[in-house]
Amino acid sequence: MSLMQELNDKALRLGVPLSAHLDLTYRCNERCEHCYLDHDDHGEMTTAEIKDLLRQFADAGVFFLTLSGGEPLIRRDCFEIIEDARSLGFNVKLKTNAMLIREKEALRLRALGVEQVQISVYSDRPEVHDAITKVPGSLERTVKAIRFLRSQGLRVTMANVLMRSNRGDTEGVHDLAGKLGAHYTLDPTITPMMDGNTSVLRLRVDASEISSYFHNPSLVGDVESFCAPPAAVDAQVLEGLPCSAGHTSCYVSPYGDVYPCVQFPLTCGNVRQQKFLEIWRDSPQLAEVRSIRLKDLTTCSSCTHAGSCTRCPGLAYMEGNMRGPSTADCEKSFVRTGITTAGMLARKGSPTLMPGLVQINPTPPLTV
Amino acid sequence: MSEKYISRSKSVAARTLGGEMMIMSAKDSTLFSLSEVATLIWEAADGHTPLSEIVERRICAEFDVRSDVAYRDAEQLVEELATRGILSISSRPVPDAQGPAVEAP
Ligand code: SF4
Ligand code: SF4
Repeated sequence: MSLMQELNDKALRLGVPLSAHLDLTYRCNERCEHCYLDHDDHGEMTTAEIKDLLRQFADAGVFFLTLSGGEPLIRRDCFEIIEDARSLGFNVKLKTNAMLIREKEALRLRALGVEQVQISVYSDRPEVHDAITKVPGSLERTVKAIRFLRSQGLRVTMANVLMRSNRGDTEGVHDLAGKLGAHYTLDPTITPMMDGNTSVLRLRVDASEISSYFHNPSLVGDVESFCAPPAAVDAQVLEGLPCSAGHTSCYVSPYGDVYPCVQFPLTCGNVRQQKFLEIWRDSPQLAEVRSIRLKDLTTCSSCTHAGSCTRCPGLAYMEGNMRGPSTADCEKSFVRTGITTAGMLARKGSPTLMPGLVQINPTPPLTV
Repeated sequence: MSEKYISRSKSVAARTLGGEMMIMSAKDSTLFSLSEVATLIWEAADGHTPLSEIVERRICAEFDVRSDVAYRDAEQLVEELATRGILSISSRPVPDAQGPAVEAP
């Protein structure tokens, strides 16, 4: 067992939120066509509130801290927050579009000991990337920033969200990442808008196309094992947890709302009204999430893919049932292996995607 | 014996989990778990307390060990931690040593 697995197991045993994702703002300097956020400021936490939350995170045992947004660097206090987080000993990962990173900022991030910077890159062709972000010149600025970060020796991951508009460019982005010395990840998951609007789902590529990516060794490594038929589901698998959300990880929005995960919009409390640790320990919503084992899932417990599926309970929750299947993951399991899923059978081939979506709605700010 | 001063590296993350100190280096994302003695030394590595004093106050006070033996072992340990980029060693006090704070949950 690796030390990281041991660390996770220990955190799970002790009920420690080892990882926290904090969005500093939902405001952004890009307008990506697939973005699910409401970019208006509905009363973001102040610098002092965020610093207080970081102390609470440290006291609760959070070690891995992801700072993201919106565009986190749009906040003038972003570096002050990162500095504070680092002085509290967090392992900090920054998710950004890098539009505001120049040599000076790259130097600062290096000096602060940020462990990793994750940057969205949609295409290696400016006409495609800039059309998605709706900001002319954005690819050029982002690539320059990656060069600055790499020249400081920072670890950079280029996250390539897959959509209809950039589906031909995965190899190009992959090669660009290679040239820049960055890691590459491909994500075919498009998440509905915060208000439940599902129109962005039209941007998703078809299952048949996802299949061609899943069978591409430069993207998935060993295709044979990646696309292998699922291993038998035994009692041990069925006693397993759906994922780390609410067990060893959590998400806090710029308004202080606490959720099991950034992709699981079940409000569990607000740090402006309660201490973080109180919410983490006592929230009935988190207790419910924590009580679920694979054997309790309505359809998935009888699915041959149960042990190998990437089923996201957050996406399932958005579809109306946190114990149900997630359509996007059903699709992925099917195109990966060619084996029909229990979710597909339950839906009897219905093409309807994600009915009755539930989404993150910011808690109105407290008036004091 | 020339004195040694040790400082926590600014590029690592650190957290205590269930009494065990976990350290992750930002340079190569390697995760380490420190032993009890290494944790005491790490916590005391403020850049201006001499290693000999750290050994006397933190190690010899807690463990039944002769101070010359403890110092030799501690020297070896800090060399090892320095090789891994977790600590830095200096022959003079480091005034602005500001590695991560060491408060534990
Ligand atoms: S599976 Fe979904 S809910 Fe669980 S950690 Fe991943 S994104 Fe979050
Ligand atoms: S393939 Fe579908 S039904 Fe099967 S475990 Fe995954 S989400 Fe559940």
